[in-house]
This record gives sequence, C-alpha cells and structure tokens, in this order.
Amino acid sequence: MYDSGKIIPGLIIFVLFITFPIWYNQFDAGAAPKLEMPTEAKQCVLPAAEMRANHMKLLNQWRDEVLRDGDRKFFEIEGKRYQKSLQNACMKCHTSKKKFCDSCHTYASVSPYCWDCHLAPVE
Amino acid sequence: MKYTFPLAAVIALVLIAWIGSQIPGMQYLFGVAIPYLAMAIFVGGFCYRVAHWGKSPVPFRIPTTCGQGYSLPWIKHDKLESPVNTSQVVARMFMEIFLFRSLWRNTKSEVHPGPKVTYESSKWLWLFGIIFHYSFLVVVLRHMRLFLDPVPGLIQFMEYGDSILQIGAPTMYLTDAGIVLGLLFLFGRRLVNPQVRYISLANDYFPLFLILGIAVTGILMRFFIRTDIDITAIKQLAVGLVTLQPVITHKIGAIFYIHLFLVSVLLAYFPFSKLMHLGGVFLSPTRNMANDNRMRRHINPWNPEIKPHSYAGYEDEFREFMVDNNIPVEKELPPKAED
Repeated sequence: MYDSGKIIPGLIIFVLFITFPIWYNQFDAGAAPKLEMPTEAKQCVLPAAEMRANHMKLLNQWRDEVLRDGDRKFFEIEGKRYQKSLQNACMKCHTSKKKFCDSCHTYASVSPYCWDCHLAPVE
Repeated sequence: MKYTFPLAAVIALVLIAWIGSQIPGMQYLFGVAIPYLAMAIFVGGFCYRVAHWGKSPVPFRIPTTCGQGYSLPWIKHDKLESPVNTSQVVARMFMEIFLFRSLWRNTKSEVHPGPKVTYESSKWLWLFGIIFHYSFLVVVLRHMRLFLDPVPGLIQFMEYGDSILQIGAPTMYLTDAGIVLGLLFLFGRRLVNPQVRYISLANDYFPLFLILGIAVTGILMRFFIRTDIDITAIKQLAVGLVTLQPVITHKIGAIFYIHLFLVSVLLAYFPFSKLMHLGGVFLSPTRNMANDNRMRRHINPWNPEIKPHSYAGYEDEFREFMVDNNIPVEKELPPKAED
C-alpha cells in the first residue's frame, strides 16, 4: 500500500469513531428507568400505552387551549373532575417530578420546556 | 425510466420490513441480526475499499490547479488553488471537505439564439448540498442519544440547538426539514436539468430514495405514527446493540423496524456505492497532492529495479561464449590448467 503512514491511521480513527458507542458504554447497558407509579389513583386520563406515546401532545394541546384560547373546561373520567393542568391534574397523582417525569426524560435525553414557565416542585 | 426501479426497490424494502416485523419472533431478525450484519459489512467494506484505493500507485503529482502555481518571487502564488506544500494542501482539503469549495465553482451553461453559449455561476447545488450533508451529520450525531448512556452534554446541546424553535411536541428539528429539503432538491435537479438527467443512473437515484425513506420514516415515527413507540424500549434496544447484549423488552411499532431496516440497507450498501465519497474525498488524488512536480523528484513506484551493468561485468559474464564465437574481448580467457 502507498501512503500507508497516512491511510492506516486515518482508517483506525474512522473505525474508532464509528464504534464510539461501544467504547463509551464499556459493555454496560445500564438499567432501564423505573417509574414511581401513583399509589392511590388507578387510572390516568388516557390508557397507559396512549399516554406513553402521546402525553407530550396532550400537554401541548392543553397548553394551547387554556393559555391561548382561554378554554379552561373541566373534563370528567368515571365521575371524577379533572382540570387541564400539569400541576393541578398530572402532578396530583404523579407527585414527584424527579421520580416520574425525569427518569425517562433523562434516560432518553429529552428536555421539555414545561419548567421554563412552571415552577418545578421542590424535592 | 431510470428512477422507477430504485423507487420500486425502496418500496419493496419498506414492505419487507413492515410485513416481516409483524411476524412473531422476527423482531430479533430485524432489530438485532440485520443491524449487526449491516454494521459488519459497512465497517469491513469501507476499510477494504480504502485499502484497495491505497494500493493504486500514483506515479506523479496530478492535482487540478486553478490558480497561479509557485514561480518567481514577484509573481503572486495562489496558495489554495495550486498548493506546493503539505500545509497548503491541508488548507485546501479542509475547505473541500468542510465547505465543499469546488462546488462553489459550479456553472450553468445555456445556448441562446445566435447561437451564443453562456456560462453563469450556479450556487444552488452547493447550497442544497451543504444543507443536506450537514443536516445528515447532525441527525446521525443526534441519534447518539439513543446509543450512549449517560448522554454526553455535547449531544444534548446539539439537540437543544436543533429544536430551538420549540415548534410542537415533540419539538420539531431544523435538520429534519433540512435533510428532506436537500434531498428533494438533489432529486429534482436530476429530473429538471437535461444534462444531469441524461447522465443519471439507477445507482444515483437509489441512495436518494433510500435516504429519503429513512428521513420520512424517522419523521413519521417522531411526530405522527406514535403507536407503540416507546422511546425507553427503543433506547434499551439501541444501547443493548452497542453493548452486545441486545434485548427487545416491549412491542415496538412497525414504523421503527422499517426505519431500522432502511438504515441497515444503507449501511450495507454504502461501501459498494457512490456513497463511498465519504472516504473518497480524503483520497482524491487531484485534491490531496501538492503541485511540486518540478521541485521534487517523484519516482514512478512501479519502475523495476535495474542494477547498473558495466561492459567489464558483461564481458566477465559472457567471455567464454564470446571467445567461442570469435568476438574480440578486452581480457583474454585465463590459460587452461592442463596446457
């Protein structure tokens, strides 16, 4: 091979770069996040699978309806009234931000801007 | 049409992954086996191609020069267009690799009545080319959030910058728009420009459709088809893949397997295609050489090694035969022992 003094180090750098996640994690897959589920409430405003996939869309929709359109209508599930609110609905049951919201968000590196306006609960 | 076959191929790949991933037990094939195989082909094939290129001898410097070469002291030397030493070559290569400088020189030629030919600068290819490539780079680096645990600050920062407009939830990425826009231009150029259309082949269209398929399935998965898209399950699989202990803990939606399968196909296809310009740009002989043909002696690497052979040596080797054939010799044969 010609210019092997340049090509081989270049290839080694390329392969190390491509396989970076292997060296970074050091064969330790880590633990999947464990959520602290509410103890009293039995069901959420939507089924769990739907909440898992679409909770951010629901919160965004509530934000738009309440803050932009002034629509603060309550909604009812099995005779219980709920407010369209992060702190007065969601966090009534999911009381801990750290043990509920953050566990997945940190794991997947998601940084929602809820807490730019809301005051995060002191924990 | 040269683009119908590649389009059909990409659609077929989507259908294979879509239907295949719905068969119970096949999730490990599409989620684990095929990605590993594709990655092995990518790394192995990439190294093989680069090593293969490295074996081609380069007898002399063949840079494309587009400026005044190094000459007499009062003639201004164009250092970037006609580099004479390593640092100037590095500067030229840097501009080429990071800024796509040679595309900045792209021209459009037209024939006007007369007939008169005109050439004018056309920077669109440069603009959309650079939007596409940098968007793709950021998209790939951003995906590292799914492979690295804990996620490094640099990746988080990149993601913050990419979703800085805070449109919708999950937030829209600028690079998602950039990569689709770039791909659509690069595809449209091949349809609209008659000269480029004429020279475009199936293997020009296939990577465009394939990457467009990857981008579109990614965007659909993030914003629209979110059924069974559980990001923690996906990250567990991704981290598992790079720590060699892959697990699929929950049911993941078909759109994820389609996305992953198209990425696997792209990785496996990469070393055998024009996409190898990722490595090739570093090894292009018309860019990475100094224009120093007249300053240094360059010896052709495939010249055979010829040892000097003097007349005296020649006579020593053939003296006996020369004497036998009555050819005059400078030094006679030594007298024979029995005489």
